[in-house]
Amino acid sequence: MTSSTETVNKQDIIDYAARLGDDAIVIGHRLSEWVSRAPFVEEDVALGNVALDFLGHARMYYTHAAELSNEQNGTTDITEDNFAYLRDERQFQNHLLHELHKGDFAYTTARQLLIDVFNKHFLEQLKKSNDKTLAAIAVKAAKEAKYHCRRSQDWTLRLGDGTSESHERMQLALNDIWGYSHELFEVDALEQRLVDAGIAVDCTLLKADWLKEVTAIIEEATLMVPDQDWAVSGGRQGYHTEHLGHLLTEMQFVHRSFPGAKW
Amino acid sequence: MQVIPTKSPIQFEREQFRRNSAFPELWQCLDQVKDPEIPALSLWDIGILKDIKRQGNQASVTITPTYSGCPAMDAIAEDIAIAFKEHGIEKTVIIKELSPAWTTDWMTDKGRNQLRDYGIAPPNDVIGGHEQPLNSDSQVLCPQCGSGDTKLLSEYGSTACKALFQCNSCHEPFDLFKHI
Repeated sequence: MTSSTETVNKQDIIDYAARLGDDAIVIGHRLSEWVSRAPFVEEDVALGNVALDFLGHARMYYTHAAELSNEQNGTTDITEDNFAYLRDERQFQNHLLHELHKGDFAYTTARQLLIDVFNKHFLEQLKKSNDKTLAAIAVKAAKEAKYHCRRSQDWTLRLGDGTSESHERMQLALNDIWGYSHELFEVDALEQRLVDAGIAVDCTLLKADWLKEVTAIIEEATLMVPDQDWAVSGGRQGYHTEHLGHLLTEMQFVHRSFPGAKW
Repeated sequence: MQVIPTKSPIQFEREQFRRNSAFPELWQCLDQVKDPEIPALSLWDIGILKDIKRQGNQASVTITPTYSGCPAMDAIAEDIAIAFKEHGIEKTVIIKELSPAWTTDWMTDKGRNQLRDYGIAPPNDVIGGHEQPLNSDSQVLCPQCGSGDTKLLSEYGSTACKALFQCNSCHEPFDLFKHI
């Protein structure tokens, strides 16, 4: 990451920041669906807090995208809300793994393990970004990601190495979502341009470390890394599963029904 | 002569910065503004207050969010503006600074003691130091009875910045302000 940001197309950075915001807001919203439904009250609170962390990350990424958009268009009125509430499904570019339904607690735990470990490695690299704001967001978010990781690891061990029921559900969950994990390590043309400029993270380089760490946790939890050869992708291009539309409907409803409402 | 520091260099630096400010009355004024989630602590003592500047009847205040999703930020911004009104400041601009990221190391000694008195264990009350990650064997001094015989109930307490513990001696549950 050495070249300058001078030659970079600003729209690319806006799109990249929005993508990172999309990942964060979508998983944050999914986690918030657990509030009042978690297995017990402490876990209810924990999931709500992790959801809030992701919402915080989304706000930082979207605010950055909004500020760059204003600079580019000579406007002042684009805000984080435009990105969160006023874009449709095809404009969201989050990874598919993040939008999959809430599932049972094992499903949420398995997904969170894959995402939290990914985030930890991803943010370490984003700290070195030539885009100073993205680097600052990464420093802040990485501190929180460390706690997220520990929590997911702890729960994976408890459920995987728990009762036969919890073990079975964890394995089923891993089998269900494993094919969605490969997309995390793809780099498309837009991201490649930013990787070359030292702004984006080259996710292709993260896979080996991620797999090693996730495999160690899964095996310690007496579970198996799924032996499958299917993979799904498309989120970064705006092609989504049936789950995202429902999520956005719920998330955007108030803002779209009562534009500019204040309380 | 050997000088034995009684304060961490980080805290010394913060205090120096505050002492050198041209607007001591405004710093003092904000000592009255508390964190809405932890009313025992002022913005200064929790360490989120970074800088204050004044130009006539306008002021700007730089704060660093604790956790990125902290919902208290908007309330804090409002409270600052209200407190400044009494000092003839009509317009207060809040600058949220992301970098360097907030750390519990910025919390003052006074703040740590107030936190403990309020019933929340400060980050430095983890036995054996807060450098190691929390786990089910982590021991924290109970802010109620001072016992070190405690257990971790949950990595997240009433807010993202805390973890939930229970004391095995007095059986009271309590929050630990996590090191970050």
